[in-house]
Amino acid sequence: MAELHVELVAADRKVWSGAATIVVARTASGDTGIMPGHTPVLSVLETGPVTIRTTDGGTVIAAVHGGFISFADNKLSLLAEIAELADEIDVARAERALDKAKSDLDEHAERRAEVRLFAARGLKARA
Amino acid sequence: MGAQLRVYKRRIRSVTATKKITKAMEMISAARIGKAQRAVAASTPYADELTRAVTAVATRSTAKHPLTSENPNATRAAVLLITADRGLAGGYSSNAIKASLALAERLRSEGKDVVTYAVGRKGVSYYGFRDLAVAESWTGFSDKPTYGDAKLVSAALIEAFTAETGGVDEVHVISTKFESMLTQTAVDARLLPLKLDEVKVSEESSAKEIFPLYDFEPSAEGVLDALLPRYVESRIYNALLQSAASEHAARRRAMKSATDNAGELIKSLTRLANSARQAEITQEISEIVGGANALADASRGSE
Repeated sequence: MAELHVELVAADRKVWSGAATIVVARTASGDTGIMPGHTPVLSVLETGPVTIRTTDGGTVIAAVHGGFISFADNKLSLLAEIAELADEIDVARAERALDKAKSDLDEHAERRAEVRLFAARGLKARA
Repeated sequence: MGAQLRVYKRRIRSVTATKKITKAMEMISAARIGKAQRAVAASTPYADELTRAVTAVATRSTAKHPLTSENPNATRAAVLLITADRGLAGGYSSNAIKASLALAERLRSEGKDVVTYAVGRKGVSYYGFRDLAVAESWTGFSDKPTYGDAKLVSAALIEAFTAETGGVDEVHVISTKFESMLTQTAVDARLLPLKLDEVKVSEESSAKEIFPLYDFEPSAEGVLDALLPRYVESRIYNALLQSAASEHAARRRAMKSATDNAGELIKSLTRLANSARQAEITQEISEIVGGANALADASRGSE
């Protein structure tokens, strides 16, 4: 099966890299799925979950806050200011952050916390 | 114990205590250099990818952006000075401050007003003590900067640069480049307006790379709009990380020579204390001998 090489990089570290069959990420114009052989694309990422289906049948979910996605020559780079893998996310902390964001009426923080919870729960549901 | 000897002993004790402290600081800094260097290394994949993306957009589209447009009659320039929060780091902070003064001098000779932004308590107090204006300052993270810190700093700089009125026309950054454990140099670089052709040259490997025809989403301008601020942030983040590594290296070296000097001082004080003790003993012996002779003379005379 065709595969593409994925690099998920946060500002301060490399989060994940490896081979995948499809990557779904939320860009400015909606969810975009990228499969091997996609046309070269460079677009802006929104705060949202990124789903990577690895070649060995596994799924990697990450919460990504702001960044870019660029794809060329079967190499996909996901650049994010902040990126967290689902299994790194502390659900209790994210829930606290969500409650706090709701009471402070901070839309951005609320969205970030929601995405983190979504990513963490998505992983659990699969497991 | 004689007065002289007691003074030497006391000084030895105090220098030994100082030496313990400087030795501990040296070892702490040595451990942190490694950590700071790893942080620099960990941030390179992001910086490299970002540079690639910016170059790709710049070569594939002719989009103009406020952050890249040069003002031919620039009248105001901002200087971001990165120094340490704490002292005892040798010439680290003062070298950076000297470089910023030299740069300010040069900018003034070009007829530009200089606005200073400072990172680190040392730089802030230098300007504060001399009653020089600092537009904005940030402290508390010089030895361990995070990306969030870089975001804060760059947001202020970008805002000043893009402001319609009262803004600045260029932004320069003074940081300290970590060249090796022994060499750190204060360097100045112009951050804004960005020169996109410079971006290409700095990345040697991709200088000859031919970029594919990307589809830009939402548009080339939109991508550039989002990319360039991130690029500025990543440049400032890199400058902060390099400076942090340099700070630790400078402090380690300063503390190493302080420890060495304390060792030397202890050695020479011990010599002096030994000779003072010997002099005391010699004196005591000669006093006893003298006393005994006097007694012997006296008893011989009475016989």
